Order: sequence, then structure tokens, then C-alpha cells
Amino acid sequence: MHSNVTTKVLRRQRGNVQKRIREVSGEQLSGAEILLKSLENEGVDTIFGYPGGQALPIYDALYDSKIRHILCRHEQGAAHAADGYARATGRPGVCLATSGPGATNLVTGIANAFMDSVPMVAITGQVPQALLGRDSFQEADITGITLPITKHSYLVKDPSEMAQTVKEAFHIATTGRPGPVLIDIPRDVSSSKTEYRRADRMNLPGYRPVTDGDPLQVQEAARAIIQSERPVIYAGGGVVISGAHEELLQMAELLMAPVCNTLLGLGGFPGDHPLSLGMVGMHGTKYANYAICECDLLIAVGARFDDRVTGKVESFAPEARIIHIDIDPAEIGKNVRVDIPIVGDVKRVLGQLLEILKPGLGEAWRDKVLAWKKEYPLTYCEKDCLKPQAIIREICRQTDGKAMVTTEVGQHQMWAAHYYTFSKPRSFITSGGLGTMGFGLPAAIGVQVGCPDDLVFDIAGDGSIQMNIQELCTAVNYELPINVAILDNGFLGMVRQWQELFYNRRYSQSELFNPDFIKLAEAYGAEGIRVSRPAELAPAIEQAISSSKPVMLDFIVDREENVLPMVPPGGALNKMLG
Amino acid sequence: MRHTLTVMVENNPGVLARVAGLFSRRGFNIDSLAVGRTENPLVSRMTIVVEGDDTTVEQVNKQLHKLVDVIKVSDITKDAYVDRELVMIKVYAEPSARAEIMQLVDIFRARIVDVGPKTLTVEVTGNEGKIDAFELSLRTFGIKELVRTGKIAMLRGFKTSSKNNNHKEEEVS
Ligand SMILES: Cc1ncc(C[n+]2csc(CCOP(=O)(O)OP(=O)(O)O)c2C)c(N)n1
Ligand SMILES: [Mg+2]
Repeated sequence: MHSNVTTKVLRRQRGNVQKRIREVSGEQLSGAEILLKSLENEGVDTIFGYPGGQALPIYDALYDSKIRHILCRHEQGAAHAADGYARATGRPGVCLATSGPGATNLVTGIANAFMDSVPMVAITGQVPQALLGRDSFQEADITGITLPITKHSYLVKDPSEMAQTVKEAFHIATTGRPGPVLIDIPRDVSSSKTEYRRADRMNLPGYRPVTDGDPLQVQEAARAIIQSERPVIYAGGGVVISGAHEELLQMAELLMAPVCNTLLGLGGFPGDHPLSLGMVGMHGTKYANYAICECDLLIAVGARFDDRVTGKVESFAPEARIIHIDIDPAEIGKNVRVDIPIVGDVKRVLGQLLEILKPGLGEAWRDKVLAWKKEYPLTYCEKDCLKPQAIIREICRQTDGKAMVTTEVGQHQMWAAHYYTFSKPRSFITSGGLGTMGFGLPAAIGVQVGCPDDLVFDIAGDGSIQMNIQELCTAVNYELPINVAILDNGFLGMVRQWQELFYNRRYSQSELFNPDFIKLAEAYGAEGIRVSRPAELAPAIEQAISSSKPVMLDFIVDREENVLPMVPPGGALNKMLG
Repeated sequence: MRHTLTVMVENNPGVLARVAGLFSRRGFNIDSLAVGRTENPLVSRMTIVVEGDDTTVEQVNKQLHKLVDVIKVSDITKDAYVDRELVMIKVYAEPSARAEIMQLVDIFRARIVDVGPKTLTVEVTGNEGKIDAFELSLRTFGIKELVRTGKIAMLRGFKTSSKNNNHKEEEVS
């Protein structure tokens, strides 16, 4: 045994010597060059960014790198594109901007990624350290500004810290509950040289995400599940993030438990499955909300009991014991009392549960819920005019439910969630937590870059699309054949709906004056198709899908259609309008 | 209820801003906060007194844990611990009052650290109750200026808040 140890030590020493030889032969590199090398080591193939003074050394290093750079037309677009890329591929998205206004333009995108737990690394140039803190030209304290919206952040003070910083940043962004990490790089750090050493260690004593569920808690959960007569699974974005969709499907089928999804959870359970109840919450289906109200056991999987889901907390799942499985301990007990918490990676914990679960007793309950599903389907009244719901249905039909769908924020987003049947995880990419208008178009660009063979649709509103419309140019520039479907109601529709329902139809500042979207699309070099009558719907979508260019579809829809059902804000889930 | 938390953090720039920002952002009330270095130069220790019910403090604890720079959080409220604050008080001290003030200084085992023509500056350490009592007893003379540290605390006996393993002496390397 003693000699074994010695050999191990020797081997390790030999390894070190070899490494050192490599290091000695390692060149003198600038901080920027080390940054690019480290990004390559992390497997980064694409950066979404926008240059400027303090980022010039980084852009200069990029010139020789094999990493692809997508020049977006606004840094917010770059951040959302990196976000969309990450959500679609599961790999961290990377965005890059200069100091000051470049960095502050990333802020909304970083906040968006933070709220939806998206792995992202945002890199910003910064003024040289000698000028820091002096209100220098284009100085902004971006690590300070983003403190509450990043999982972690770094201000790199020496090029010799660069390699390890990048390694840690990617580790933090992608493990545990994913999130954005910011790396702020003063220009003197990116431009001065040091000996390059590939980082082989991290120093993160305070960072130890738990992945396996506590076996005793898992057993207790299994007992509760086996005993329950009316179980419901409430599945969130965590299922998609951890890739637990197969385990979720197995568990639901084993227990005969109906599954409702959060907005970000859509796609984590096949929407066409008989046990699928679709979305839960403020704009949830009636049957999902009824099931929550009457279940005796709620199994929350990678979801965080957002107020848009729970409505009035006191009347949320009033008869149920609650099992909450989440990788982030801070989510447990934050909004809702929990009976059986399990901290861990959702995929692992579901795996642990599946080893000990037995078939459920919920047959009668399942039949009851499925009867609700028949009795209270999502509906809208078909009229002569173009109905937004019908458009989503038709896109779903023609893409066989297999497109990658991004959205902006508003009514169209909810209709996309309701009427597109998502059959696979990572195919619905929407701004859930922050609700960022202007997300969908740049996100679609990121998705198309990450998944070049997929068909990508941005379901947009006429208001939202104008918030990052400049990114259409990026799509044309890089020949990304995305499809933008504008549900053009001439309103900030969701605002108008609230004004109609809760402000006595006083449409204050919610009616829109719009540009000619077709001319606009054409000006950017994209294809524009206007659709005003139901008969034109199917052929227009066909045309868009078969076009090799980015296409903007302008659907002139029923102006005052509402998203229903709806739980009035702060109300109980079973008190729905519509 | 007031809870005393011991928070071990990496000695990185910005760590205090991260912790303080977390409290204000999430609406937690800090009663006091003391921070300084420890036996390990790479680690600082914060002692935070926070007001809130058990669920609030549990959230504080978990949110602190989420900060990458935070190595360990312990709520020592229910453990046996020694705690100290330090206060310096500049009190009006006319010649006629000095004897009485010095008597109080004696009783509280405080110290006079500066003597001015019209004031005495006194220092005392102790737990919160003692310091409150001392302050109160000097009020009658008129307090010109007062400065008080946050509380620092340490578990009694062999146990520590700084290490994860309480039963092992620090390894000799
Ligand atoms: C950046 C931003 N600003 C404001 C809002 C508030 N808001 C939510 S939905 C909405 C209206 C969206 O209008 P449109 O894009 O036309 O979509 P519609 O509801 O009409 O489908 C607004 C203004 C928001 N979510 N994001
Ligand atoms: Mg609109």
C-alpha cells in the first residue's frame, strides 16, 4: 500500500513536470489572447457582441480566433441572442460588449437570463484600471450595476488571473442553478502580456451545488406519493434545464398523474400526451388550475411558485401536501409552505424516486381530470377575421409541433403557449421571469445560430417587435432564415386587455401607430408577407417555411381579442374569467 | 426575533457590497454588521444580527449561501456563545461631574481613553445589554458623541463557526 501511494505521488510529480514543460514553452500572451484561448478551451464556438474602445484588444484577438462572432445591431440583442443560443443548445451563451453604454445595454439581457436561470457568460471591456473610479469616458460600474442580476461577477485585475477566471465563470454559469456570470476586463488587463498557463484548477470554496437528493427525503416523498389519491405534477423550467423530461414522463405514466407546466416548463412534458394539462396559473388552462385546487398531493419539479402561477397563495393547492424538488435550496419555502423538500438536480432526484416508486392509485382522479380536459378546452370564437389563436394552430400544424419557437411578451406569447403543442424540450424559448418585450427576435437569431438545421419561429406582437427590430439586419447579414410571425393587433394588446378588464376600457397609451412591416422587412433585405384574411393563412406560412431568407409575416388580426381564461391578479386559481 | 449569523466569506473585493446588497434588495433588516479578518488571511468573518421570524431568517441564510463568495453561514442564535460590542462615548464632564463618571467607568469596567477640558472619552466592551446600560447611565451627563461597533460573536468551548469539521485540529501542511 505504501508503495502504491509512492507511485501515485511520483506519477503526479511527473505529470506536474510535464505540465510545467508545456507551460515553459507557453508563450507570452495578452490578456485578450488568453481570454480567447480560455473560451476555446471551454468549447465556445460563437460569441454575440458589439465592439467599442475598451473592447478593442479583445476584438483584435478575436480577429485570429476560430470562434465565430455574430455582430448584433444592439448589445441588448447580443445578450438575448446568447440567451436564446443557450436555451436552445443547453450550452452556455457568450456575449461581449464594450465598457459604459455597451455594458449597460447588456443589462436587460443579463437580468432576463438571471430570472430564467440561463447559463450565460457576459464579457465587458472596462476603462484601464488607472482610470477606474474617476468617471472616465465610457466608465460604468458594470459589476456594481449587475450585482443583483448575476449569479456571480468578476473584475479581472491582472492578465495572469484571466484563465482561471474564465474557467470559474463557465463552471458557475453552467452548474447548480445556471445563471449569468459577468467578466469585466479593464483595457490594461486585456492588452498587457503575461505567460499563458491553461487553468487547471478553480478556487471556489463557497460554491458546492448539491445534486443528489437526500435519500431519506426521497423515501419520504415516495411514501407520500404512493399514499396519495389525487396527485398532480407541477413541472417547471428546471425539468428542461436538467434534461429530466424522460424521467418526468416515466413518473407521470407510472403514477397516472396529470402534469401541468409553467410557462418555462412547456416542452418538458409532451403537450400532446393525454396526461398533459398544459399551462397552469394566471393564463393557465381551466383543467390545470382545477387540478391544482383539488389535488391531495402536489409534486413540484424544478418550479418556483411564481406569483403568476400561484395567484392568491393562501388558496393555492389548499388540500395538498407539497413535495418540492429543486436544485436551489433558497427556492424551497420561499413563496409557499412545503411539506417535503428535496434539494437536488431534478433529473437525479426523479431517477432516485423512480427506483422506489410503485404504480399509483390515481385512476379515478386521472379520469376526473381528463373529463375536465374534455369539458373545458381552450376555445376561441372563430370569426371571419384572422384569429391569433388560429395562426398559432396553423404554424403548429405545418411545423408538426417541431419548430423552435421564441416569443416576445404579451398576448401573442400566451397564445403561443396555449395553441402551439410543444413536443420536445428546449423548443419553447420565452422570457418568463422578466417578461422582456424585444426578447424573441434576437433570441431566435441565437437559436438559429445554435441549431442551424431547425425551423425557427419568433411569435411576435406589433409592439414588442419594434423593441429590437434592428436585429432583423443581423438575421439577413448572417443568412439566418428565421421566421417572424407578428400577430398585429394594432395594440399593446396585453395592456389593452388589462385596461378593458380592470380600468373600464380606458385605453390609455396602448393603441399603436405602426410602420409598414412589409416595407421594413424588405428594407432590411428580408422577405415580408402580409396576411389579412383566413384564406391566406396557410399559404403564407408555407411560403415562409420554404423561403431561404428571413421572413417577416404581418398577420392583421382581430384587434380586441383577449387571452382567456384568466385569473384576475391576486385571485384564487379556480376563479377564472372566460 | 433577532438572530445572530456568522458568515465566513472569501476575502474578495466587493464581497461586502454583495452581502449588504442582498439584505436591502430582499427587504431583510440588518440590526448590526461587523466584519474583519480571521485566523486565515484569505477569509473574512461577518457577524450579522438580523431581525425576522424563522422563515425570514432561513431565507436570509439560504440567500447568503447562494453568494459564491460566501463559504459558510451559521445561525448561532440558539448556541452558547460569547458576544462583544465596543462603544466609545464622548461625555460632557464638568469638573463637578468627573468623579461620578469615573465611578461609573469603574463599575462597568470601562476605560477612559481621552481627557478634554470639557469632556471625557470612555470606551467599554461587553455584550449588548451591558453597553446599553452603560450608555443609559452616562445620558444624564449629556452624550456629545457616540460610536459603536457591530457585535462579534464566538461559540463557547471547542466548537467553531469557521470550520466545517469541528472535531479536527487544523491540518499541518
Ligand atoms: C420592455 C417591456 N416594456 C413594457 C412591458 C409591459 N408590457 C407587457 S405586454 C405589453 C404589450 C405588448 O404588446 P405587443 O408586443 O403588441 O403584444 P400583444 O400583447 O399585442 O400581443 C407591454 C407594454 C414589458 N413586458 N416589457
Ligand atoms: Mg400587439
